[in-house]
Amino acid sequence: MNKEWPLWEIFVRSENGLAHKHVGSLHAADAEMAVQNARDLYTRRNEGVSIWVVKSSDVVATDPSQAEALFEPSEDKAYRHATFYKVPEGVKHL
Amino acid sequence: MYTSISDGIVEGQSDEREASFNERLDRSVKVEPNDWMPEAYRKTLVRQISQHAHSEIVGMLPEGNWITRAPSLLRKLILLAKVQDEAGHGLYLYSAAETLGTPRDAMVEALLTGKAKYSSIFNYPTLTWADVGAIGWLVDGAAIINQIPLTRCSYGPYARAMVRICKEESFHQRQGFDVMWKLAHGTPEQHAMAQDALNRWWWPSVMMFGPPDSASPHNEQSMRWKIKLFTNDELRAKFIDQTVPQAEQLGLRIPDPDLRWNEATQHYDIGAIEWDEFYRVIKGDGPCNRERLQTRVDAWNDGAWVRDAAMAYADKHAARETSAA
Repeated sequence: MNKEWPLWEIFVRSENGLAHKHVGSLHAADAEMAVQNARDLYTRRNEGVSIWVVKSSDVVATDPSQAEALFEPSEDKAYRHATFYKVPEGVKHL
Repeated sequence: MYTSISDGIVEGQSDEREASFNERLDRSVKVEPNDWMPEAYRKTLVRQISQHAHSEIVGMLPEGNWITRAPSLLRKLILLAKVQDEAGHGLYLYSAAETLGTPRDAMVEALLTGKAKYSSIFNYPTLTWADVGAIGWLVDGAAIINQIPLTRCSYGPYARAMVRICKEESFHQRQGFDVMWKLAHGTPEQHAMAQDALNRWWWPSVMMFGPPDSASPHNEQSMRWKIKLFTNDELRAKFIDQTVPQAEQLGLRIPDPDLRWNEATQHYDIGAIEWDEFYRVIKGDGPCNRERLQTRVDAWNDGAWVRDAAMAYADKHAARETSAA
């Protein structure tokens, strides 16, 4: 047969209050095994309190060659940031 | 507008793309999996990361040899944890290499057929318990010096894997030094055992940094690509400078009659390295090359039915869920 186990992306929540963060990937035959392997591989030293696993083939991503078109337009909109505006001297709580 | 994270390799070569790639490298922008990259950059990384992974996996064998014979329950627990870490390091690295589009099975096959190399240090035998100490202290010590700069290398997934690995390596080095310390300060026989291990592991550890800069084929391009940040000789000197005083503190003698502190260079001068031995071991004629490779081949073949059964079970259950829905 010789079929490679599928690849899974692993996300770990390091403590309650923080979001799950991508830590790497691993191979496992199914979701249950992916969770078990992730526990052994990515949380040997109190790195987390919760794990998400997602099949790599199910992750949809932006195309890097489109990065300019997608993300650069926000660079010339400085007025979207608070620091764009000069605060007159003496004005507080702004 | 969108793509998958697992098959986003952009093929083809273009001068304009290469110029923009180099310009981003100069600005220290990290390269991520789906970004365009020169084919040679990709190939170099796959070779380096997968061989690094192989080294971690084969590196489990010399120390695994002592798990059943560790001198106390605590030492056994420590050694088990360390060898488990090495497996983990191999897996972090294989998955980093996979982001470059090379399947795991292809890398494993390259190892098992002898096409891919691994660090030649693991082709030496672990004859006594002191060897477990010497490996942690010297081999993992050398590995740390090699690996710390890699946490800043230009390829994102490799750099991130190295951050995890480096955190764990310092435990490896300290437990090794602790084994050496206890032996060096034990009975005369234990002290002699520690000295014997240092005698056998010193030169192979010095060789771990690879050929001298004058004979290293990959140095220059890898430095241009920020895959390598220091040369082999620079890293080797750093290892020697920090390890010699540790040997003195252990009360052990480095097996090099030409070892001298050089005031002018502020580094130690060392005797001639026997590069013939290094190349002989790399080419497959070290003391344990055949045994190490055979162990990996057997493990892979003996595990085939387990991999197949798990996959068949997963496929069956997935099919059932689909038909139920």
